[in-house]
Parts: sequence; C-alpha cells; structure tokens
Amino acid sequence: MKLTVWTYEGPPHVGAMRVATAMKGLHYVLHAPQGDTYADLLFTMIERRNHRPPVTYTTFQARDLGSDTANLFKTACLEAYDRFRPQAMIVGASCTAELIQDDPGGMAETIGLPIPVIPLELPSYQRKENFGADETFLQICRHLARPVEKTAHPSANLIGPTALGFRHRDDITEVTALLEDMGISVNVCAPYDATPEDITRLGAAQFNVLMYPETGESACRWMERELGLPYTKVVPIGVGATRDFVAEVAALAGTEPKFDESRLRLPWYSASVDSTYLTGKRVFLFGDGTHVAAAARIARDEMGFEVAGMGCYNREMARPIRALAREYGVEALITDDYLEVEATIEALAPEMILGTQMERHIGKRLGIPCAVISAPVHVQDFPARYSPQMGIEGANVIFDTWVHPLVMGLEEHLLTMFREDFEFHDAAGPSHHGGHAPRVLGETEAAHRAEKAPEAAAPASSVEVVWLPAAEKELKKIPFFVRGKAKRNTETFASERGQSEISVETLYEAKAHYAR
Amino acid sequence: MNDHSPPTPSRGCLDTPVLKERGQHEVFCGLTSIVWLHRKMQDAFFLVVGSRTCAHLLQSAAGVMIFAEPRFATAILEETDLAGMADAQEELDRVVHELLARRPDIRQLFLVGSCPSEVIKLDLAKAAERLTVAHAPNVRVLNYSGSGIETTFTQGEDACLAAMVPVLPETQARELLLVGALPDVVEEQALGLLEAIGVGPVRVLPAHTKAEEYGVGPNTVFALTQPFLGETHAALIRRGAQHIPAPMPFGEEGTTRFLEAIAAEFGIGADVVARVTEGPRARARAAIAKVSEPLRGKRIFFFPDSQLEIPLARFLTRECGMDAVEVGTPYLTRDILGPDLALLPAGPRISEGQDVDRQLARVRADKPDLTVCGLGLANPLEAEGLATKWAIELVFTPVHFYEQAADLASLFARPLRRRAALRVEAT
Repeated sequence: MKLTVWTYEGPPHVGAMRVATAMKGLHYVLHAPQGDTYADLLFTMIERRNHRPPVTYTTFQARDLGSDTANLFKTACLEAYDRFRPQAMIVGASCTAELIQDDPGGMAETIGLPIPVIPLELPSYQRKENFGADETFLQICRHLARPVEKTAHPSANLIGPTALGFRHRDDITEVTALLEDMGISVNVCAPYDATPEDITRLGAAQFNVLMYPETGESACRWMERELGLPYTKVVPIGVGATRDFVAEVAALAGTEPKFDESRLRLPWYSASVDSTYLTGKRVFLFGDGTHVAAAARIARDEMGFEVAGMGCYNREMARPIRALAREYGVEALITDDYLEVEATIEALAPEMILGTQMERHIGKRLGIPCAVISAPVHVQDFPARYSPQMGIEGANVIFDTWVHPLVMGLEEHLLTMFREDFEFHDAAGPSHHGGHAPRVLGETEAAHRAEKAPEAAAPASSVEVVWLPAAEKELKKIPFFVRGKAKRNTETFASERGQSEISVETLYEAKAHYAR
Repeated sequence: MNDHSPPTPSRGCLDTPVLKERGQHEVFCGLTSIVWLHRKMQDAFFLVVGSRTCAHLLQSAAGVMIFAEPRFATAILEETDLAGMADAQEELDRVVHELLARRPDIRQLFLVGSCPSEVIKLDLAKAAERLTVAHAPNVRVLNYSGSGIETTFTQGEDACLAAMVPVLPETQARELLLVGALPDVVEEQALGLLEAIGVGPVRVLPAHTKAEEYGVGPNTVFALTQPFLGETHAALIRRGAQHIPAPMPFGEEGTTRFLEAIAAEFGIGADVVARVTEGPRARARAAIAKVSEPLRGKRIFFFPDSQLEIPLARFLTRECGMDAVEVGTPYLTRDILGPDLALLPAGPRISEGQDVDRQLARVRADKPDLTVCGLGLANPLEAEGLATKWAIELVFTPVHFYEQAADLASLFARPLRRRAALRVEAT
C-alpha cells in the first residue's frame, strides 16, 4: 500500500479513454463499477469537449457481483454497438473489474459483432495513465494497420497526440506547418481526430513523426518493425530541437531541410538587453520526461538559465532523464510523490520552477515563481488562444510563458532603486506577482513544517547564528524578492566558518563568496 | 400556518408511479462526499483504501482543495496487497501508524472502503477495531464503505454518519439532533432560529470535533436537513430515537414547514414560529421574487445525482414558478421524502436509478428550458442547445434555510440569464 494524496497520473484505463476520446468512430466499452464515470468530466470540463467521451461503462453494483456482471458486459457491448455504430470497438476492465476476472476481451469476441473488437490488458495495480494510452494505441495499430501502397507525395504520420494532452491540439497545427514547409504532407494524425479507417492507412506514409514518446512510442516501434516506417527521435520543442527535427525529417524524407524563421522571435528576445537579468537564474524542472528534457535544453541554451535540478514522474522515462541530468551535472529526481518533489525544491531553493499544476502550487507555497511545462494541468492550460509548445510559435509561446512570472530587468532595476519607497516596502509586494508576495504560513502548514523541521533544518554546524543590528538593517536594504536567499546564504556562510555573529562585514563577505 | 404559501395539493406526487431504471449510471461514487465531510469534521481524517482510480477521483472532485494539506488520502492497493489477505491488514496498520505519526492532531480516523477493497473482501471493520485498540485513547478508528458498488455520491455522507451512530454514548436526555453536514454559516442560522423558537438543547451530527459529541437514546428526537440520510435514519431509530418527518429546509416555505414540524414536536405552536421567523421569511420571499424572474414558467429536468432533486423540484415549482418535467433521483426513500413528495405538484415523471442513454433520449424529446445534471453531461448538453445547471454545486454551496433561499434560486436563474445575455453563437 502506498499513502497518496496527489497523483501525477490517473489509472491506465484513463489513458485508454484519452485515446478513445481523441479518435472518431471508435467506442470504448469499459467494465467498471458505478462512479468510474467521473473520468468523463476530465474531458468535458478540463478540456471543455462539447460531446461525451465515447465510453460506455457497465456500472455494475454490489448486487450484480457474481455471474451477472458478465451478462451486463455483453449487454453493454451490444447496446453500445446498436446505438453508436462505431467502426471499431475497444473493450477492457477498470481496476475493480480486473479483480472480478470477467475477461472482457473473450466475452466481446463471443458476441460476434461485425466490427473489429480490440481487447485491452491494462494492469491497473502496476501501471498508470501514460502506459494505458501508449498500450491502447499500440493495440489499435496492431489490430487495424496493414501494409498499404505508399502515397505519391512525400508524407508522414503524426503519432502520439491524444485527448487531455498538454497543448496537443496546437502542436499538431505547428508540426503540420513545419512539414508543409518542406513539401511533406500529413498522411494520418493519430490518435487525435483519426478514425479506425484512418489507422488502416498508416502504412501509406514514408515515416512517422513521434510527437510524444509517452503515448506513441510503442506504436512507432511496432510500425517500424511491421510496416517499415522509421520514426523521428527529436521532439521539436525549442529552437535548437526544432532545427534538429527539421534536419532529421529532411534526412528521412530525402528532401532539403527548410525552415522559415521569419516568425521566430525567441532568439532575439533572449539576446535583447532586457533579458540579461535572466542569466544564471536557477531553475528546477519537473514534469513528464519529454517536456522536461526539452525544457532543460531551452533553459540552458536558449534562455541562459542555470538548471538547478530536474526530474520526471513517469518511470518509463527514468533512464533518459537520468542520463540527461548527468549531462547537466545535477541529480535526477524520479518520483511520483509530490512531497519528495517539494522537499527537493525546498532544498535546492531555485529562483524559478518549471513544472506541472502541482509544482505551480508548491511554488505558490514557497514563494517561487513557476511556469507550467507539462501535464497534469488544469483548465487554464487548455487555452482558447493558439499556444503550441512545438515549432516556431511554440518557442515564442515558451519565451513569454517562462518570463512572465519573473520580474524583468527594468522592473527589477526600478524596484531596487525605490526599495525604501513606501509603496515598495516589504509587505506590499509587487501588485500582480502572487509568487513574490511575502509568505504567510497557514496553521496546518506551519505544523507540517515543524514536523519536518528536524531533518530539513539541521545545518552542517550547530552554531547558533545571531544577526547584529547593523547587519540586520543592511539585510533589509536588499530587495525583498532575493532577501530570503541572501539571509540563508549568509547564515550558512557564517555557520560553516564557526562564526556566531553576523556583522555587515559577514554579509558582504558572504555576498562575495556566493557571487557568480 | 403561513398565509402566503400556495395552496397545498393534497397528495402531490405521493401516488405518481416511479420509473425505475437500471443501466449505465453517470454518477459519482460515495467517496466524493469526503471532499465536504472532512471540512466539517475538523479532527477527522478519511483514509480511503482503494486503487489509483480512487485517488484520481478524489483529486478530480476536490480540485484545488487537494493542495491545502486536506485531511484525506488514499492508501493505494498494489499488486503485492492483492496476493494475500493477512499481508494487506499488516500493510494497512503500517500506513495508519505512519499517517497518525505525521498528523498528531487527528482524533477520528475513518477507514473508507472502496470498490477494490470490497471486492477483495478486505475486512476494514476488523482493522478499525484493531487500530482503535492500538491508538486508544487518542484516536477512534471507524469504518464505512464509500464504494461505487454500494453508494452513490451523497450516500457516502450517509454511510459515514451511520457508522458514527452506534458509538455515540447512551443518554436519556430529551434533545433534538439535527442530522446532516451543513456549511457552518447555515448551521449557525439554523441553531439560532431553533433557539429563538424555544427548542433545545440542539445537537448536530456530525459535530465539529469528537470532543463535542453527545449521547443518543429513547428520548432523542431528530430531524434530517439532507434527504440522503436513509442509513443514518435507520441507525438512529435502532438506538430508539424518534424521527420528525418534515420537508427539507429549502426556500421560504420548506424552511418554515421544517421549523414548524420541529416546534410541534416540542409542543410549540405555529404562531410562535410565525412570530420568530417573520423577518427572515419576508426577506427570503422578497429576495426569491427578485432573482427567480427568469425561472417563471420555465420547464426543468433533473438527472439523478444527489437525492436533493425532489426537494429542489418542490422549491422551484412552488416558490419560483417552474414546471418540472422529469425529476430523477438515485434513490427515493419515502420515509424521508414523503413530506416533499406530498408538496410537489403532480405532473412530472419521477425516476429512480438511471439508464443514461435512455434518459438522454427523454431529455432531447422533452427539450426542457433548464437541465440539472453532472459535469460529464453539462457541456455536451449545452452544445446540443440545452441550458444546464451542474448539480454538484448544489451540494457544496450554502443553500439551506431562509438567508440562502435566494442564492439557491439564483443558482438556477444564472444559466438562463447567461444564455439570454450572450450574443455570439457557440458551436
């Protein structure tokens, strides 16, 4: 048993729902108890879909347990077929139905429906949402995709975008445009908006663009083996990655790498003098493996940040993220326990967090600015406006998104200049930056911290450090948004040297010591 | 009696045949009720023993609340727990010890059963007994099931309160027990009104903390402020307590009749109630009249969700001038809803249970002006051109008693006002 409050990923059948909901003409019959329909609202509310997910639940109850549940399942399959007339059906069990061992696949087969019925084996007690999506899409491809004649023009499939994917909708548009610039058309985009019939035509493309390894890699590997379709390994998030992607695609398609940079603004924005203050900002990265890897490269090479730490919650990506972290000289954090993430962020004290919805809240709690780079996300990260992460516009979107939570150069300069002005005193806080508001501990939170204090707060040396009045006054002159760090650094500096008092001297010695 | 209330139909919907359906249920399971129950019971912790799905459901239902160190969590069953029973009990002990060490402020721990834990027949009652002994006297450990195979949405609160009734001490005192978790502001208003009428002493179930608990016995009388408390009702009667049947305190009329029924039990006349409540009643009537304008003459359809549907339909038809087309409820407990059914003007279909696709066919044929439904159905129905009011808000928002009567009406009026206000076509 594992004690959990927050989960980064849902159960695997939610992954299967993400594939079913992304597609058209496909229906999912899910053997599940009453209540599992809660997952519908992820699609109708968070993603704001205007239709019900194409999922029929058997919603068995306690009185049905026994042989009756098997009949319920068969009836549900038949009624769903009659009502929705899908081109194909996927069938499977949720966590509870997995325990009652009704074998949805076998039962569906005996009904003899005139359409392909694809059974899913999703081990709910071992695997999670991303696995569910990846496995479901693999099974759909295995059952439906066949070798077919190639298209006359160079074409590619877009593989991996699903329902409830972070910015999948707009990434598709952006990647389609990148390919079109090189004269390559999209044969099939799947699962997003594809029908089962479209899946049968996957083999007509020259190659696959693997947009999201988490949800499409198994299918890409299978297609490489069975249909002879190579697939791209670079995910085009960020300027450098997009250039590499274009080169990779050109090699696969045998065309010239063409890349229209006229709308690309990140490089100039990042080079302009107002961005100088971004240099060396220490950022912590957390999310799914793909987005974290892409963000690390952007952070270091395109924004001039220092990567202070990185990690991912999906174990499937543990190996590449560990390797990448070594390359960046930091330790990888592979965990799905948000308390571990919070403890790591607290220990590293970064100046910015790039993470998920959860890290946004950790950032709020710790007073650290944060931008969202990965699922799980809430409703505001399924925006109405065009906001891809991939390609040219993706790079522009990322620059804006990451910079907004930070105090920009001119603003930072003015705040420092007027730091003793009454409107800029400590307690006021910048008007629209919640992340910089002085931190107020709630009672439970304070208690929670007090519990954790013994392990977390024990410094290297047990010397009691006292601030002399003059040093304390000097400390107050430091802008409040960096004062916490300055205070902590000075105290560490003093205690490491066995000094029990902090004078103005000590303060500036520490400042010089930590200067970069 | 109250002169301003509309004439009461003698039998209302009491004799209306109920359409009973079974099929796909588009409803929450009982675990969802933890989200509001833990706010109410300040020294309680709710530990769900379930799967990742249960944790994911709680996270989806709790929204941003999940980030506020909430007093609930899920012990997620893993492959190894499914192998042998003895092992699972030991694992549960370990998780509970870990949890209570981390949260020394907890006085009551609820082990909440889920579908997976029920199907593998993990004996949580035995675990609760064992853990109560292990953590006595600081922490009392109780258990109940909030699984989808046994409970629908608000029934989770019922199962929780019913689990508390047997452990309340015995008393001979004549006291009123107000049953059902209400928002604090509403609870204070209710207690204030009852005190002014001269009813007392009054206790509430659930109490804020374990320390505030009281006894129950043959002289206890109780009134339900929520309609979904069937099991709790039965458990209290088993302890010898007497139920005061009354309409649910929604709207001006519902609240007045609710108070009158309690007052009568304590030998206090309706004239006293009328005198005490004159101000709030007039306020509620005026406020309802103001906000319910868009509702007059409009047709409403209820999908089943919380069991609040029948009392709400009664309020909306009698006090806001709406016509009910279909009133769906997950369960219809006549012992509790009799007074509301009798007041609901005959006409609507009453349905119990659900076959969601059939019900969707009915709502499309009926084309009501307003449809009350869950979040999984609301946007899809809006996209089809039906105005909707999502039901879960009715459980989280203060809606009971006089001062909230107009807020309740405006929850239904707002979607209609919004549709009238928007000048762009949504596709």
